[in-house]
Amino acid sequence: MPELPFPLEYAPAREATDIVQLAASYGLFIGGAFVAARSGESFMTVNPATEEPLASVAAAGDDDVDAAVGAARAAFPAWSALPARQRSKLLYRVARLLQDRAREFAVLETLDGGKPIKESRDVDVPLAAAHFFYYAGWADKLDYAFPGRQVRPLGVAAQVIPWNFPLLMAAWKLAPALATGNTVVLKPAETTPLSALLLADVLAEADLPPGVVNIVTGGPSTGAALVRHPGVDKVAFTGSTDVGKEIRRAVAGTGKALTLELGGKAANIVFEDAALDQAVEGVVNGIYFNQGHVCCAGSRLLVQEAVADAVIDKLKARLATLRVGDPLDKNTDLGAINSRAQLDKITSLVDAGVEEGATVYQPPCALPPRGYWFPPTVLTGVHPSHRVAQEEIFGPVLSVLTFRTPAEAVAKANNTRYGLSAGVWTEKASKVLWMSSRLRAGVVWANTYNRFDPASPFGGFKESGFGREGGVHGLAPYVRNA
Amino acid sequence: MSPVPVLAGQPPVAAPQAAAGWVRAGPVDAVGLEARAAALASRSLKRATKVAVLELAVRCMDLTTLEGSDTPGKVAQLCAKAARPDASDPSVPPVAAVCVYPQLVPVAVAALAGTGVKVASVAGTFPAGLGPSAARVEEVRFAVEQGADEIDIVLDRSSFLSGRYARAFDAIAECKDAAGRAHLKVILETGELGSYDQVRRASALAMAAGADFIKTSTGKVTPAATLPVALCMAEAIREHHAATGRAVGLKVAGGVRTAKQAWQYLVVVAETLDGGWAAPALFRIGASSLLNDVLLQLRKERTGAYASPDDVADA
Repeated sequence: MPELPFPLEYAPAREATDIVQLAASYGLFIGGAFVAARSGESFMTVNPATEEPLASVAAAGDDDVDAAVGAARAAFPAWSALPARQRSKLLYRVARLLQDRAREFAVLETLDGGKPIKESRDVDVPLAAAHFFYYAGWADKLDYAFPGRQVRPLGVAAQVIPWNFPLLMAAWKLAPALATGNTVVLKPAETTPLSALLLADVLAEADLPPGVVNIVTGGPSTGAALVRHPGVDKVAFTGSTDVGKEIRRAVAGTGKALTLELGGKAANIVFEDAALDQAVEGVVNGIYFNQGHVCCAGSRLLVQEAVADAVIDKLKARLATLRVGDPLDKNTDLGAINSRAQLDKITSLVDAGVEEGATVYQPPCALPPRGYWFPPTVLTGVHPSHRVAQEEIFGPVLSVLTFRTPAEAVAKANNTRYGLSAGVWTEKASKVLWMSSRLRAGVVWANTYNRFDPASPFGGFKESGFGREGGVHGLAPYVRNA
Repeated sequence: MSPVPVLAGQPPVAAPQAAAGWVRAGPVDAVGLEARAAALASRSLKRATKVAVLELAVRCMDLTTLEGSDTPGKVAQLCAKAARPDASDPSVPPVAAVCVYPQLVPVAVAALAGTGVKVASVAGTFPAGLGPSAARVEEVRFAVEQGADEIDIVLDRSSFLSGRYARAFDAIAECKDAAGRAHLKVILETGELGSYDQVRRASALAMAAGADFIKTSTGKVTPAATLPVALCMAEAIREHHAATGRAVGLKVAGGVRTAKQAWQYLVVVAETLDGGWAAPALFRIGASSLLNDVLLQLRKERTGAYASPDDVADA
């Protein structure tokens, strides 16, 4: 009789990739069709789990950006004048097509970005579809979203999105912009352009009028050209705080509307009266979900001293059961780091933490020989003055700090230049309310973490940015008074 | 009897108290617990893992019949099935135990002699546990005298739900004494407890009172075993083990009918407790109709083709 190996070694359960038909090269999606880049330049996008190239993608130059903005301008009058019911119908169609092709999108997202297939399958793609459904519902009900106001769209929106949730961020940006009657030029991240290009296919299949959504791929210079383009009325950016600051300087005085969703260094606060086993699950989900490439990741665990040892022991035991490896395997919990550059950044910050006196814990886990990998990591003995307690690591690295009283927890949680999110774990509801009214964070989760819903607004305080995405609040940045 | 140390929200206790069986029974967050159980249920088991887990499920099974209509003939038939589940495939191992009412224990003992399959008996005025104290203890003693290796008793929910924890504790401890060397499984009847907090608290109480196994259900109440309940009990077992060093087993019973359910429970055990728990000594599935579904799945893995339910004999 075969002996059962423990910890349970699951036989490979690999999602098939044949549903994705990759082209050798991709052009830019401008005016409803894929066109070659006038710049003549291109770059390779690679699978971070294998370092194998997936496809060549056009790098849009200034002329290309100009063409895309021109196409969006040209499409704006007709699109914004379309009966709202019609825009609604088209957005519903996009949502349904996303659902129809969910597996294709999930596999592609995992190939290009390195995230576990169970996350792209169960989180990214369903949520992206949900955002289109949600804003499709608002498109013909704007009078109710803005009672007493007559609103009209801003015009052309330049949207620059990050590599951590490529499709989902595209949906977050596109759905409210289109629902309110704007046209868009979208720039996906350099390391993860493919799901946005597949989305272009869906938009065309849905019969969205040409030019309403244009997609320009490229690196930082493409993004800079887009946000600086004079034909743009609104800039929406999700990404790092440093780039966000640059963008804010670039649009200052131009009259362009701006929303920024930037970095975070969220505190996940565990009180001694919490349901500790579930709190540990929430902490794990808070920092290791999507390899910690999450702007609202719970990267600082603040645990009440009375239960600190118990929580850290439970956390270490739980880490040992996390399965790191092939993102296409349905049992993988932690996938690949998105890029070499990000891996280097995580490594150097963890090294800095060790130099500052933190203790590193990493469970024994075999990492694949090729690709970009970082094991789940816990840093204990971290003090608020350490870099790893202050800077966004954007990787699977948790810094553990302790506190004694609720007031101290609030002080420590707020002692950061960011303010995107926080988590509070206690069975006492009054303590949740007391904490949430004092935490300076756009989202406070109570006894859960990293829960997203299209109806719930998301955005930051302080250097985490401004403006809200999601919910009725997410419509406001895309309209002005008529 | 020691007093009962299972108030929710109690902070973790110091080592000497832990050694005496004082273990924190903290609160349970239902949303988080169910989300974790659902995540574990989505594990994808293929090929060698699937075969190994299914064979383990057979080895961990308590084949059960607990009807007023049980006869020696019915029990003998069940025992034959337990000792050799698949007549066409001798590589399929025997199950862990056969579980019957006390009067039928001698039949099972005779039928299972030499097979390695254990005999389990319910006792303690199963399934309500509300008979006279002396009768409950006497029934345990009777079953052991008749040859039962394992005794399944129920938690006194009447005392537990009315906050008379010491009484519920004592009822278990008395049976533990009466059981002697026989393994004592304590059925919490989680379907009657009303919340995961209570499941966690009852688990801590039963373990502190001496249970060798804690078990979800009698099979007489709906809902019976569910994945989140099993996870909740596994977390309590983990906590008890961390505090006292004593490894208590987990038995799920009632409503486990398919091979997929069985492997989901094994995944919960394997990923929540340490690997040593995934063995008949510390994990059991109480079931009557599950065995044949597992056999059909094993055959499918071996031959590549699905067999008809009529190709495997009923118990």
